[in-house]
Amino acid sequence: MEIKLTLNGKKITADVAPDLLLLDFVRDHGCLSVKRGCETANCGLCTVLMDGTPILSCSTLAVRADGHHVQTLEGLQEEAEDFAIFIADQGAEQCGFCNPGFVMNTIALLRENPDPTDEEIKAYLAGNLCRCSGYEGQLRGIRAYLNSRKGV
Amino acid sequence: MLTIRQYVRAESLEEAYTLAQKRNNMVLGGMAWTKMYNRSIGTAIDLGGLGLDTIEETDEAYLIGAMTPLRVLEQHVGLNAMTQGAVAESLKGIVGVQFRNTATVGGSVWARFGFSDVTTILMALEARVELYQRGVMTMEEFALLPRTERDILVRVIVPKMERSVCYLSQRNTKTDIPVLTCAVVRRGGETFAVVGARPRNAEVYRDTEGLLASGVTEEGACAFGESVARRASFGSNCRAGKEYRQKVAAVLVRRAVLTLDKEG
Ligand SMILES: Cc1cc2nc3c(=O)[nH]c(=O)nc-3n(C[C@H](O)[C@H](O)[C@H](O)COP(=O)(O)OP(=O)(O)OC[C@H]3O[C@@H](n4cnc5c(N)ncnc54)[C@H](O)[C@@H]3O)c2cc1C
Ligand code: FES
Ligand code: FES
Repeated sequence: MEIKLTLNGKKITADVAPDLLLLDFVRDHGCLSVKRGCETANCGLCTVLMDGTPILSCSTLAVRADGHHVQTLEGLQEEAEDFAIFIADQGAEQCGFCNPGFVMNTIALLRENPDPTDEEIKAYLAGNLCRCSGYEGQLRGIRAYLNSRKGV
Repeated sequence: MLTIRQYVRAESLEEAYTLAQKRNNMVLGGMAWTKMYNRSIGTAIDLGGLGLDTIEETDEAYLIGAMTPLRVLEQHVGLNAMTQGAVAESLKGIVGVQFRNTATVGGSVWARFGFSDVTTILMALEARVELYQRGVMTMEEFALLPRTERDILVRVIVPKMERSVCYLSQRNTKTDIPVLTCAVVRRGGETFAVVGARPRNAEVYRDTEGLLASGVTEEGACAFGESVARRASFGSNCRAGKEYRQKVAAVLVRRAVLTLDKEG
């Protein structure tokens, strides 16, 4: 089937199988930040933005992206840079496999709610699993970033 | 692994319904669940082009389109105002924000999961289900339809009325599938509870013994909780045993009744 979409600002026309997952489609197009984690809609590693909304690409058919704007971390480097350094500063990750999913969902959180409380951060990121850390580092990193923006 | 031979974006409900009559065709909701099937699908039927992804409001009701993402329901201002935030409370534990942007109300209701937060809250709101062929029915009637039914769920209708609602669930860990779900509603002097994830479809339990009829007391709330736990049937699975669920049900119903009373 032919689909037309915008991937990270670039218009793409592609012929895809009806059961191709959006996860495989974006990876085939060089967006390797999008990870295959659980593949059962549990872990958030495959998070992409569809028209600005964070969704799970492991549970979305590529054909459903027809006519839409899809963004991955590859297309959001500048926005991510702002706060990802604060997460790294906290030594929040060990293997780092979960990081792109965390960063994507944090971008969505901060667009929706630029000044979240710790509880709101935890609630928004609850669908991002990390097998190495205890999540406190990520939380401290985002808090440090928010504080730096307020000059605290 | 799920394989799909053909994908059709239905242009009308009639087209979707006709396609759905064939046994190896399948209607797509958000696909969060069906993605895990090990099945070969002939035609996957997408309802995404039929304008069913929003919540409309009339004087009498909220009309929730089948393709409405759970997250849209969770954040709906009117439905949350009418339920003192119980709608958001019931959905916030379902996996995560990205998941709730992906999974739909229609898929959640159609699947009649024995662990559903979605079914529990909608039953508590006395919602009705609109099917393309069979028409409108209550959530309780829908729960009893045979699973072989091949209709299209068009929307869920939540009647507007004054009510107080408290939603509680018990999970072994945050965002896991619930061990028990519970909603208690007070409406026009009447109290009823809906208990789900037993792990069976949600069911309504009324205060038939009048334990709360002349006002809420600690003893009355406790007795109503015990009464619901006695009347409901429970089962065991990997998350919890039957006896544990029964005890949790009594506690959650009591707590919900007392919370409603405290919050007026
Ligand atoms: C990892 C995981 C954790 C979960 N945790 C919870 C939880 O804690 N609490 C909870 O309540 N739920 C939970 N769920 C269930 C979830 O909330 C959804 O109910 C589920 O994903 C189905 O919704 P969907 O939109 O993805 O439907 P799909 O998977 O697309 O469809 C489900 C079924 O409904 C049919 N269908 C879909 N839409 C229609 C329609 N309009 N008309 C007719 N048939 C239709 C499909 O053919 C399919 O048989 C969980 C699911 C997963 C995968
Ligand atoms: S890979 Fe998609 S949620 Fe885990
Ligand atoms: S750092 Fe290894 S999974 Fe998160």
